[in-house]
Amino acid sequence: MHSSDHSAHHPALAHHFQDLEQQKDTTWLAMWVFLATEIMFFGGLFLAYVIYRSSYPDAFAIASNALNVNMGLGNTFVLIISSFTMAMSVYSAQMAQTGRLIVFLILTLILGCTFLGVKYFEYKDKFDSHLVPGRHFDFAYHHDPITGATLHNEHEGASNKPSSGHEATGHSKKALREIQIFFSLYFAMTGLHAFHMIIGAGLLIWLVISAMKGKFSKEYNSPVELVGLYWHFVDIVWIFLFPLLYLIGRHHHG
Amino acid sequence: MSAHVIDSKPLIEDKVEHKEQENYLTAGYSLKSWLLTLDHKRIALLYLISITAMFFVGGIFAALLRLELMTPQSDLFEPDNYNKLFTMHGIIMVFFFIIPAVPGVLGNFLLPLMLGAKDVAFPRLNLLSWYVYIVGAAFTMFTIVSGGVDTGWTFYTPYSTSSSQTHVVPVVLGLFITGFSSILTGLNFMVTIHRMRAPGLTWFRLPLMVWSIYATSIIQILGTPVIAVTLMMAGLERIFRIGIFDPNLGGDPVLFQHLFWFYSHPAVYIMIVPGMGVINEVVTCFSRRSIFGYRAIAFANVGFVVFSFVVWGHHMIVSGQSVYSALIFSILSYLVGIFSAIKVFNWTATMYKGSISFDTPMLYVFGFQGLFLIGGLTGLFLAALGFDVHVHDTYFVVAHFHYVMVGGLVMAFLAGIHFWWPKMFGRKYPEGISKFAMILIFSGFNLTFFPQFILGYLGMPRRYASYPDEFQVLNIMSTAGGSVLGLGFLLVGVYMVWSLFFGKEAGQNPWKATGLEWEHTTSPPPTENFYETPVVNEDPYNYANRDFLKDFNKEVKASA
Amino acid sequence: MSDDHSKHHIVQPSMYAAILGALLVFTVLTYYVAFIDLGVLSNFVAMGIAVTKGSLVVLFFMHIFYSTRLLWVVVVGSFGWLALMLILTLGDYVTRHWDVQKHIFF
Repeated sequence: MHSSDHSAHHPALAHHFQDLEQQKDTTWLAMWVFLATEIMFFGGLFLAYVIYRSSYPDAFAIASNALNVNMGLGNTFVLIISSFTMAMSVYSAQMAQTGRLIVFLILTLILGCTFLGVKYFEYKDKFDSHLVPGRHFDFAYHHDPITGATLHNEHEGASNKPSSGHEATGHSKKALREIQIFFSLYFAMTGLHAFHMIIGAGLLIWLVISAMKGKFSKEYNSPVELVGLYWHFVDIVWIFLFPLLYLIGRHHHG
Repeated sequence: MSAHVIDSKPLIEDKVEHKEQENYLTAGYSLKSWLLTLDHKRIALLYLISITAMFFVGGIFAALLRLELMTPQSDLFEPDNYNKLFTMHGIIMVFFFIIPAVPGVLGNFLLPLMLGAKDVAFPRLNLLSWYVYIVGAAFTMFTIVSGGVDTGWTFYTPYSTSSSQTHVVPVVLGLFITGFSSILTGLNFMVTIHRMRAPGLTWFRLPLMVWSIYATSIIQILGTPVIAVTLMMAGLERIFRIGIFDPNLGGDPVLFQHLFWFYSHPAVYIMIVPGMGVINEVVTCFSRRSIFGYRAIAFANVGFVVFSFVVWGHHMIVSGQSVYSALIFSILSYLVGIFSAIKVFNWTATMYKGSISFDTPMLYVFGFQGLFLIGGLTGLFLAALGFDVHVHDTYFVVAHFHYVMVGGLVMAFLAGIHFWWPKMFGRKYPEGISKFAMILIFSGFNLTFFPQFILGYLGMPRRYASYPDEFQVLNIMSTAGGSVLGLGFLLVGVYMVWSLFFGKEAGQNPWKATGLEWEHTTSPPPTENFYETPVVNEDPYNYANRDFLKDFNKEVKASA
Repeated sequence: MSDDHSKHHIVQPSMYAAILGALLVFTVLTYYVAFIDLGVLSNFVAMGIAVTKGSLVVLFFMHIFYSTRLLWVVVVGSFGWLALMLILTLGDYVTRHWDVQKHIFF
């Protein structure tokens, strides 16, 4: 064994590994195992979603229609393109093209921040519309896509506030509870996703700085690839979130 | 099986020329060298200290609740405070003792040694795992001193999310954090086993302990994230009143139970499977035989990984899931028992016609076999739907899981600690006292928990501070047993610490065991584990082909 | 064991671009299909498209197509485990039949 052979000792090689190849294979496997844990982590929320959507299909459709589908679609495009730029940065790293690597990393970062920016506006809109679950939840909905009726529930008991004596027009208390569950899941799932994106953005910044310091080469570029794996995973989660949250019962919409 | 005789390995310690043998313990004495260590062996000792401390705290809660249960009335503690006692006992024992014990201590210490590697794949991640555990433990300690939690360690909703007036959020946050310790350890171990085996060490030449750690790691990886997200949802619900689990707000409390038990059932396999790994190593050494049915045991671990995840509903038979669900979970629970049975049978077969010696580790193996058998069989009782309806939430369940967790896992853990103590510290523990402590633990354990089977069968509910008068005698027996059990554990702690300073020096391989950790390195090992990378060219437990067999009895007695 | 990822061939930008194109097309498709009334089928179509998109990302952007069997097992295993959790839990809800009129799927 050439454990004492340091002639090929790359500065990035940890002492308990034999060579860069073993280190790379090991870190690659480890990243995928970590992603497996992330799949199960998000999976718990997906399970809750599946159960409640199958139990309250109508309420979920109504609630989903309150989301801004164009913002969701736009964000989906943004993330998919960012996955492409991330893959391109991996390619650049593999070809030791540091300039292009930095460019693609920064592009990915910009797209990621765009996503987060749009999300911010979505959340703000929901907050202003009293659609954040909790004490102030108030589903004053303007157009019920299923019945086609236009409802205007500003003051008529369409919320968690104590009943003023009469029920809301168009939505029973039961339906409102179910709609609130949709929004709980919406915020939990997209919030967790956004949290992961923020971490991803941080990782990208770290990669840009490392690339500028010339840390990557043809032999050693696994950090770029590993962050790439993470970024693609976050993209995949959104690929599922978009139809599941934004596109329920849209065909009722005129 | 290799047919040729292999010379017993020349002792490494004879080849090493150091005035004072340098090993991982002497490689630095400062606090910093311990708290910032990257050496898996030191990390193992950090875990040993932490889990022992947590075991002690959890034990105090057990002592208090057993004291309360000596009388039928709830006179020592108000029911609300009693609820806190069993909750904290459960949380601490489950999450801070049993789950991390064998992987954190023995797994960390032994895995690279058994693989012929210098360290685990990610040493810094390993240290991080320990710190994450400590942070999680700190949150729990904070919860204790600020009044405790009274929801039961299972945190069933909507009580935990809507009604309980105790500090649910800090403890849930603490457990969320601690879960990452488990995940990161599992990830580290799994990748290490895949990528860092010595030359010649194929999968079927691995010690079965490694197979067990591998299976445990997979379960940790796939299951722990689910409880993390579940606790996160429960915490959010408690803070923001969002209603995912609260029926008043449209939620389903049974969904919480599904999510909770999806992890918590595999968790019990995270607890027991590493212990079973230990048993493999000890039973072969003290029977001087190779393991019976290596592949069966190896694949039984795979069976555990798969089947442990499809039986969780047996905790929810009376909770409101559908009858058909209960039926399926019941059948699958019977099937998962097959893998435990394979192992217990094979260990018994290993002992058959072996040359048995009755050292302390082997005594713990005997204890394990009997007690785990009882615990496992009573698990099958519980998996029968009709029976479960009657004994669910009674002391029958309490007795069952203590038989498997204490009679099973704790015994296995102690077997492992005693077996590898000489390797870890270069010292022998005192054999006479250790046997006595084992007898105390064994008898104390049975006196504590066997009456609980009867109590449960007679109808005494669990988690109650008061009970009908006719149950008092059995409860007093149980508490009395608890004192003996506690004494036994304390004794172990005392003589083990004593042995660190005054124990007889052990040689490289006092048990004449096979395995890279015994035959290829000193006791204690150096920081890099080996003086030269081992090459493996034989099956494990190759006792038949060791020529020291002839002089075995003489040698062991001489060094006793 | 070194017949692993390190000997992978480097995926070309043209391949990445092709995958990007496919993903964008599928995204547009899923958007428009959502506005068509397909009844119960719309769930399957939406998820089918999402699974296809996800698979493209996993196989090509994440290089699984070019990777070892071990990694395939990890990927398939983790999604499989999620499916297991969903199916077994859903099995409970589907067979509860609490609301006699409104059965889920049955």
